[in-house]
Amino acid sequence: MSTALFLAQAGGGKPLTALWIILGYLALLMLLGGAASLFFRGTSKDYFVASRSIGPFLLLMSVFGTTMTGFALVGSTAKSFELGIGVYGLMASWSGLVHSAVFFLVGIRLWAIGKRYNYMTQVQFFRDRFQSEFLGYVLFAILVALVVPYLLVGIIAACKTIQPITAGMFPETFAGVPHPVKAGVMMFKGAIPPWLTALVICGVVLFYVFFGGIRSAAWANTFQTLVFMVMGVVTFTLIAKAMGGLAAASEKVLEVSPKHAGREGMIGQLHFLSYIFIPLSVGMFPHLFQHWLTARSAKTFRLTVIAHPVFIAIVWIPCVLIGMWAAGLAAAGELSVPNANAVLGRMVASLVESHVLTGLLTAGILAAIMSSLDSQFVCLGTMFTNDVVVRLTGPGRFTDRQLVWLARGFVVFVVAISYALSMALLTTNVFNLGVWCFSGFAALFPLVFAALYWKRTTRAGAIACILTTAAVWLVLILDALVWIPAENPAERIFGHIHRGEYLIKGLDVMPVAAMFLASVVSLVVVSLATKPLPAATIDKFFEPRAAGGSGDPS
Amino acid sequence: MKTSCCSGSTRVVWILALVLLVVHQDWWWWDDRTLVFGFLPIGLFYHGLFSLAAAAVWAAAVKFAWPHHLERWADELEDDDAAESQPPAPASQP
Repeated sequence: MSTALFLAQAGGGKPLTALWIILGYLALLMLLGGAASLFFRGTSKDYFVASRSIGPFLLLMSVFGTTMTGFALVGSTAKSFELGIGVYGLMASWSGLVHSAVFFLVGIRLWAIGKRYNYMTQVQFFRDRFQSEFLGYVLFAILVALVVPYLLVGIIAACKTIQPITAGMFPETFAGVPHPVKAGVMMFKGAIPPWLTALVICGVVLFYVFFGGIRSAAWANTFQTLVFMVMGVVTFTLIAKAMGGLAAASEKVLEVSPKHAGREGMIGQLHFLSYIFIPLSVGMFPHLFQHWLTARSAKTFRLTVIAHPVFIAIVWIPCVLIGMWAAGLAAAGELSVPNANAVLGRMVASLVESHVLTGLLTAGILAAIMSSLDSQFVCLGTMFTNDVVVRLTGPGRFTDRQLVWLARGFVVFVVAISYALSMALLTTNVFNLGVWCFSGFAALFPLVFAALYWKRTTRAGAIACILTTAAVWLVLILDALVWIPAENPAERIFGHIHRGEYLIKGLDVMPVAAMFLASVVSLVVVSLATKPLPAATIDKFFEPRAAGGSGDPS
Repeated sequence: MKTSCCSGSTRVVWILALVLLVVHQDWWWWDDRTLVFGFLPIGLFYHGLFSLAAAAVWAAAVKFAWPHHLERWADELEDDDAAESQPPAPASQP
C-alpha cells in the first residue's frame, strides 16, 4: 500500500498534519542522502572514510549530530524536570569542555595516524599499536556490544516518540494493535505501531547509507543537526510566549518549586564532579572515530573544536529551561506528566496546541536520533568488513569493488538485526542500558589516551585495561539493574539509587568513576610490570620530535 | 605532544583549560536562585558562560597550541594510492 493511499484511508481520527510534516522531513532526508550518494566515487575508501575529503562545516555538523542523540532534546528536558538546572552543568558544560579536549588531543592525532597508515577502523589502529590479534578481536567484540544497545535505544526512542503523536490518527487501520496499558486503559489507541515506525526509520537510514556510506551519513547529519537545533529554539520561543514571557515562566518556578532553580538538595557535589568522566566516551566511540577519519586535513578539526561547546549551549539551555518551567507547572498542579520523558511533548501539547509545531518538533527529535543511527550503522558495517572478514580471509582476497558490496551487505545485516532486537526488547528498559554503554566507552578512554601518549604502554597492559574495565562494568551493571534486593530496592551491594541514578556507596559518585579508576590502575600497573613493545613499533606511532614550537607552522 | 608543551602561550592555554576544570564546580552559586535578566537562574547563566569560555579556550588552543608537526607527519606518507594498494601491516610485523 502506498503511503498516500494509506494516509487517505485514515479517516475519522485526529488531523494528520503532524504526520505529514514528519513524512516530509523523512522524504527530504532521503533526497539529501540520495544526492550525497551521487558523489560516491565507487571505492571502499570513499565508502568508509569519504576519501578523507570532508571539510570543516560538514565535519562540525556530522560530529555534533553524531554525539547528540534524542537525549539532547527529550532527555535534557526530562532531567531538568527531575533535577533542576544543575543538569546543564552536569552534562552539557562538562561535554562542551571535555568533548573539544578529546577532539583536540585524541581526534586530530588519530586522524594523523589513520591517514598515515590508511586505517578505516579503531580496531585496526589498536591491533597494530599493540601488535596483538587477540586484543583486536576482544576489542571488536566489546565495541560492538557497547554500540548495539546504544543503537537500539535510538530505534526504540523513535517508536516511543511516534506513538503518542499519532495516537488516534488511525482508529480503524490499527484498531487491533496492542499498546502499553496504564491503569487498565490502553494508551495510544489508533497510533502507528512500533514495528512500522522502526521499519520506516531503519529503512530511510538504510536507503542513504547503503548507497553513499559515510559521505551520505555526513550530509544527512548536517541537515539533521540543523533541523534539531532550529526546532529546539523554535519550541522554546513558543512555549515561553505561551507562558507569558521568559520572566513570568521563571518567576513561577521560584514561587512554587524553587529547588529546580538551584542545585542544593537535587545534586551532590561529588555527583556533579564525577560527571566529568562521561563525556570522555567520545574518545572511544567507533562511529566518531570513523567521522574523524573523513576529515580533509587536521585543520578541518579547528571549527569543530571551537564551535562544539557553543552548539551544545544552543541546544541544551532552552531545553533545560523548558524542563524547569514544566517542574513549576507540575508543582502548581497545572501540568500532568505521566513520566519525565514525556515532559517536552506534554509542554508542547498543553501550551502550544499546534499540530504543525508538534510535527516539526517530532521531526527535530527524529533528526537527533537518526543523526546517530546512520553513523552507527555504517560504522558496524565497516568494522565487520575490515576487522573480521578482511582480517580472516587475508588482504587481496577481495577487489575494492567487492569490499564496498561486502560492507553494504553488512550494513543491511546490522540494520536487520537491530530492527529485530529493537522489536524484541521494545517493552524492556534498554534506556538504562544505553547510559551504561556511555560509561563503558568512557572507562576505555585511558586505553586510547595511553596508546597515543604513553610509549611505555604494553600489550599486556592494554589487554588488562580492557578486561578489567569489562569486569568492573559487568559487576556494577548487575548490581544496578539485576541484583535488586526485595526488601530495600534502592540499596545495592556496591551502590544505591538516588533520584533514579545509581551512585557508588559512600562517595555518591557515578559508577563510571570506579570503572575509570580500575581501567587506569590496571593499565599502568600491568604495563610497568611487563616488557615494553619493540622500539620499531613505538616509532611507528609516535612522530619524531620536531625542533619547532607548537605555533611553528614551518 | 612534546612539541606542543613548551612555548609560553601553549602553557597558558593548558593552564586556562585546567582553571576551567576547577571553576566548573561552581560551589559559590550552588544554592543561589537569583534570576539573571529576569529569567535565567544564575547557576544556568554561569554554566552558559562556561560553555562560551570553553569555546574561547579551545580557540586559543587552535591558535597557539596547534600541532602543525602532526599534520606534516601525517602527510609524509602521502602516496595514498600506494598505501591503498597495501593493507595495514599484519599485527605480527612492526
